[in-house]
Amino acid sequence: MSAGAAAPYRSRLPAARERFAHLVRAEWTKFRTVRGWVAGAVAATLLTVALGLVIAAGSHSSCGAGPVETACPAPPLGPGGQAVEDRFFFLHRRLEGDGAITARLTAMSGVITYPPPGHDRIVSGLVPWAKAGVMVKAAARPGAPYAAVMLTGRHGVRMQHDFTEDVAGRPGGVSQHAPRWLRLVRAGDTLTGYESADGRSWSRIGTAQVAGLTAAVEVGLFVASPGDLTVKPGSAGGSIVQARFTQASAVFDHLAVEGRTAGAWQRTEVGDDEAAMTDWERFHRANGAAESGGVITVTGTGDIAPRLDGLRTEMLVTGALPGLIVVIVVAVLFVTAEYRRGLIRTTLLAGPRRGRMLAAKALVVGAVALLAGLVAAAVVLPAGQAILRGNGVVVLPVPQLTQARVALGLGALLGLAAVLAMALGALFRRSVAAVVAAIAAVVLPYVLATASVLPEELAQWLLGLTPAAGFAILQSLPRYPQVTWHYAPAEGFYPLPPWAGLAVLAGYAALALGLAAWRLRGRDT
Amino acid sequence: MEATIEVKGLRKRYGPVKALDGMSFTVTPGQVTGFVGPNGAGKSTTMRIIVGLDAADEGSALVGGRPYRSLRSPLRHLGALLDAAALQPSRTARHHLLWLAHSQGLPAARVEEVLELVGLAGAARRRAGGLSLGMRQRLGIAAALLGDPPVLMLDEPFNGLDPEGIVWIRGLLGSLAAEGRAVLVSSHLMSQLQDVAGHLVVAGRGRVVADTGVAQLIAEASRGRVRVRTAAREEAMAVLARAGAAVAATGPDTLTVSGPAAERIVELLTAQAVPFSEVAAHRASLEEAYMELTRDCVDYTGDYSGAAR
Repeated sequence: MSAGAAAPYRSRLPAARERFAHLVRAEWTKFRTVRGWVAGAVAATLLTVALGLVIAAGSHSSCGAGPVETACPAPPLGPGGQAVEDRFFFLHRRLEGDGAITARLTAMSGVITYPPPGHDRIVSGLVPWAKAGVMVKAAARPGAPYAAVMLTGRHGVRMQHDFTEDVAGRPGGVSQHAPRWLRLVRAGDTLTGYESADGRSWSRIGTAQVAGLTAAVEVGLFVASPGDLTVKPGSAGGSIVQARFTQASAVFDHLAVEGRTAGAWQRTEVGDDEAAMTDWERFHRANGAAESGGVITVTGTGDIAPRLDGLRTEMLVTGALPGLIVVIVVAVLFVTAEYRRGLIRTTLLAGPRRGRMLAAKALVVGAVALLAGLVAAAVVLPAGQAILRGNGVVVLPVPQLTQARVALGLGALLGLAAVLAMALGALFRRSVAAVVAAIAAVVLPYVLATASVLPEELAQWLLGLTPAAGFAILQSLPRYPQVTWHYAPAEGFYPLPPWAGLAVLAGYAALALGLAAWRLRGRDT
Repeated sequence: MEATIEVKGLRKRYGPVKALDGMSFTVTPGQVTGFVGPNGAGKSTTMRIIVGLDAADEGSALVGGRPYRSLRSPLRHLGALLDAAALQPSRTARHHLLWLAHSQGLPAARVEEVLELVGLAGAARRRAGGLSLGMRQRLGIAAALLGDPPVLMLDEPFNGLDPEGIVWIRGLLGSLAAEGRAVLVSSHLMSQLQDVAGHLVVAGRGRVVADTGVAQLIAEASRGRVRVRTAAREEAMAVLARAGAAVAATGPDTLTVSGPAAERIVELLTAQAVPFSEVAAHRASLEEAYMELTRDCVDYTGDYSGAAR
């Protein structure tokens, strides 16, 4: 025991360079060796799946007149695979091969039944997206590919094709003194739209590639008029949405089809639903086309647009909310348990660089939550959709890529929420305070904004600025400017685009993590 | 890496309280350095600063010449036992060591080695919450040894150990030092350090009161004192006190006398015909030597013997 006599000690353990991966592995070992935390992650997954399946099993729909119940007809699908509205009046004839259609529109008018405030009169007027113009369509059947050039109620001339695509032409309306010339030229799958004020100088609106056109297509005049949709605040919070029947009529005093035509002009009420016919159509003015002295008047109702009315895929993962709370609790405990026991000091002895230690913890808890969400979504989305189909409920179809984004999004949502919760735990060092803060930041704004209790502006604001913005990643249907709809959080439409919403949540998580690291660096532990 | 701990001029305040007031010492390899001092002397604060858990207001603490926070795979440089109760109760002993091993890139086999070394192999799969205090101490020592470090720093390692455990750990500390490691051990039980520590750093009021070899310290504390064994204790005390000696009764038939030399004491007692059976130079215990040193520095005298730190 004499001082300094022995040679300094040399360890015989194999040397290993320090790597961040070591810290990550250590944190993962910590996580998996506490049974309660693993159980929590599994419970979050099972809870999300179970609630999704309960939601699916509890949804039924059937149609039919009187006592006879039948399965509801599936909505037509557009060329992109999405559900579409495709109802309008079509005066058409066959065009074989390339050609063009030109028409002069001299008047457009319509009726709106029982609008506010009195809801007691039928008034004349056009809804903003009433449509009248020329169309080339693969067949006079709902969902068939098409391109059209049209004048709208309040958005001027447009060229639209295949339900989702919309290009603006010149604004303005139409009158006897200011007619609108519309022209659509077909060359194979390429359709080009033109407009003119005088029929001599034409301006091109746009060109559309319409896949799925056969050599013979239907060409002609069409009119559609979507329902008059209004939203007003409800007395008990939320909004009241109403849609009223409308009808539009357009007067064309010139019509010419170039190319090889075949057969006579036909009148088709595309997508007609006899059962849905209103008294107005039955007793006052039916949809149709009438010709008198070279002037054709076409009357129609309905819309040609993507369909937003129906069950959205992401309804199946709304059951993730309880699972999200479980994830938050586990993520908070993952760090606060160490503070409670003083184990954090051992952790800091093993990894003295505070930022790296927190990053390793965040990575582990985030990855576990991401996996929980991903597995839950991968199970509940296909299984829930199968159950819904069995129950006769139509789920609005979305592309595979969108499905994948919703599934991945649920994982990312849980993962980032877990990182945020963990960081709050490291900041507060108290389980209850951190859990309450994380729920108040992520879950509460979402519930308030979507439960129809807040004014809509406030709901939009909450889902744009708080960490709950991350829920936007679950939105499966986009907003369409050319569809009048109640684009509100309660209807599954978020103020931010999906990835932007997720980025807001990620920003909060990063901020909290940075603050926690900064606080840990400057303090005694 | 040099197997040392160098503490230089550490100062630290907690509000109005000066916890450290210029603490300086060096722990050298090849021996056990005892770190002792009364409550509030700053032992635990110093140890926390050494491993970068607390920040000093002034001064430096280096492990092998470098600040702890800058070490790569730090558990391979310094193994520390600070708080044996700092465990996740639902995690098993083995898993506690496993995550620590992973954090340093150590193989899982090393966990089994240290479990064997501290005699916990049988309890490896028990949850930490169900371990006795003694077992937790052993687990904490296992964690400190995991990286096979050249420097060890143990805060009150004797706490909670049964007599057998105390014998074991003293043997372990001795053999670790003999391998050339630097070992710093804090304790409030001087008797535990008596036969194992080669060097002693005595702290009081946030600074070092004594930094000395144990043998030298005891020799100094013993100097000029004589132990007298007598059946007539009262008479002997009276006689010696009259002669100007400082006399303390240390047992039913023993006295410790300072002042006169042993020959003079024999002379005095014989002259007064006071019977005695032994007069010998006194060898102070480490505890006595320590008490001597810290007499002026004890803030909480009443707490000293009972409290853990």
